[in-house]
Amino acid sequence: LRKNVEDFTGPRERSDLGFVTFDITADILDAKKCMVFFLTCIHLQSIFDWNVKQLFLYLSAEYSTKNNALNQVVLWDKIMLRGDNPRLSLKDMKSKYFFFDDGNGLKGNRNITLTLSWNVVPNAGILPLVTGSGHVSVPFPDTYETTKSY
Amino acid sequence: RALRWGRGLCWPRSGGVRGGAAMDLFGDLRRMNKRQLYYQVLNFAMIVSSALMIWKGLIVVTGSESPIVVVLSGSMEPAFHRGDLLFLTNFHDDPIRAGEIVVFKVEGRDIPIVHRVIKVHEKGNGNIKFLTKGDNNEVDDRGLYKEGQNWLEKKDVVGRARGFLPYVGMVTIIMNDYPKFKYALLAVMGAYVLLKRES
Repeated sequence: LRKNVEDFTGPRERSDLGFVTFDITADILDAKKCMVFFLTCIHLQSIFDWNVKQLFLYLSAEYSTKNNALNQVVLWDKIMLRGDNPRLSLKDMKSKYFFFDDGNGLKGNRNITLTLSWNVVPNAGILPLVTGSGHVSVPFPDTYETTKSY
Repeated sequence: RALRWGRGLCWPRSGGVRGGAAMDLFGDLRRMNKRQLYYQVLNFAMIVSSALMIWKGLIVVTGSESPIVVVLSGSMEPAFHRGDLLFLTNFHDDPIRAGEIVVFKVEGRDIPIVHRVIKVHEKGNGNIKFLTKGDNNEVDDRGLYKEGQNWLEKKDVVGRARGFLPYVGMVTIIMNDYPKFKYALLAVMGAYVLLKRES
């Protein structure tokens, strides 16, 4: 689903605005369990050890356009504190942030890759950024939507 | 230190019983001959120089003009709170990617801001422009940038947060908010180093 709308949060030209809905199912706790991301099973080590204060999870869309060789847009994020339910089962989520492109590169773009990553925030120490090894490709249609509301 | 009696007037000329303890300290200083005094001063200068060299060394090794920063606001809670210490690197070849925590300076302001990168647009030639947002803020940082500025560039970056220690930076904040505390601390440190005698 894609519209071409004036980007009212940024520069004053018309840019492509994309709408993506997604499901996230994740179990970020046990080494034996899997993180399932659109039916791709990824094994995770137990992340929440004694030195982990929280995880900052985010879903980012990565793609290439004529204007820019690499684009990354964070669509959704969540803070998961130690002690929170590590199982995520989110269905039909709408992106938290507007998916504006820098220009008009979403039209007809067949290869938008969505990946789930997280930033481990320790009680003290190194701040690693980890990317989940699964990813999903989303193609955008060749035409703009003008009427449907999100 | 004899008390001299003038014509009916009597007050101590030098020292006397009341100023005994203070006189001992200054007597100590006077007894320290010039050579010892210079030695103490050199010792002090060496300590200051070593500290500065370690700081400059860190700047070189990390590539960042300010490798250690203190978090001043709550815009990155619950990850970072006011008073936490952040360790930064700023390697030239490290690309800026979404999700990274960067410390940047807005043109014209000298207080750096610690927020997360939420949008990256990189051209083929390596030109990057990106947008940031604090975890604890509702909106992105465009309101914090310069008038008319919509994106940040590599040149605005002071460094990327690689490691962190909680609470330790509170000392810096206290010294900033209560300058008397800072001077008192410096005075005590200076006095200790200058007057300490190596036996």
